[in-house]
Amino acid sequence: MLVTGVAIAVALAALAVAGWAFAQVVRNKPPSGPLLTGLAVVEVLLVVQTVIAIVLLIGGDRPQSMATFIGYLIGVLVVLPVGTLWALAERSRSSTAVLGVACVTVPVLVLRMYEVWGGASA
Amino acid sequence: MRVPDPDRFADARPEPRATASGPGRVLVAVYAIFALGATARAGVQIATRFDDAPLAYLLSAFAAVVYVLATVALAGSGSIWWRVALGACSVELVGVLTVGLLSVFDPAAFPDATVWSAFGRGYLFVPLVLPVIGLAWLRRTAPGRRP
Repeated sequence: MLVTGVAIAVALAALAVAGWAFAQVVRNKPPSGPLLTGLAVVEVLLVVQTVIAIVLLIGGDRPQSMATFIGYLIGVLVVLPVGTLWALAERSRSSTAVLGVACVTVPVLVLRMYEVWGGASA
Repeated sequence: MRVPDPDRFADARPEPRATASGPGRVLVAVYAIFALGATARAGVQIATRFDDAPLAYLLSAFAAVVYVLATVALAGSGSIWWRVALGACSVELVGVLTVGLLSVFDPAAFPDATVWSAFGRGYLFVPLVLPVIGLAWLRRTAPGRRP
């Protein structure tokens, strides 16, 4: 089983940063330094989760569907960097909303990864 | 020597608003997520168990192509991309409505879920709402329309 605590921590952190981003959208703000730092923290947690997953895979644990799991593993790692690049190409309140959307996808992907790992059908 | 007609420079109908600017950036981001998700899903379905439900998986692949096309077209600029985006969003709306109806009335035809099954219920109905927002946004950014 993928470590539950890490999955929950990543999901909650991403949701918190998403909430923060959308609050900034309401206040009509372009992406701020602290918000980007928040995204970076979530990304670090995602890297930690990836390392744990790789260690577990090497240790012989197997998800229900390997291909699907690897897909989510890569997808969840790239969504924040790609979203940030897209957001920062035009600094406006919409960019802040893009960051929020990117953050919201993280818990969804983590949840799906968790299901695939735990054996729910892919 | 011919003096350039000053009107040729002044005329400049106001540049239509780019589909990828302002709120459009958020739209492109959401489309990109669906494009990626649908492509990955269709890829895995077709690669690992195509024979289980060929129709559903081909439909998944078709939906993926439509999302990718819509993402690229909305992110691009100019009237050609605008038209491509209009086509992609229209096909998407027709697709989600058709597949949504069929999957509700004839579930046997869709033994495995696609993005558009039951109007995208598995994706919080985002697939149903997305083309509507996309078309509304394209209307606002139509070439020739003053921003």
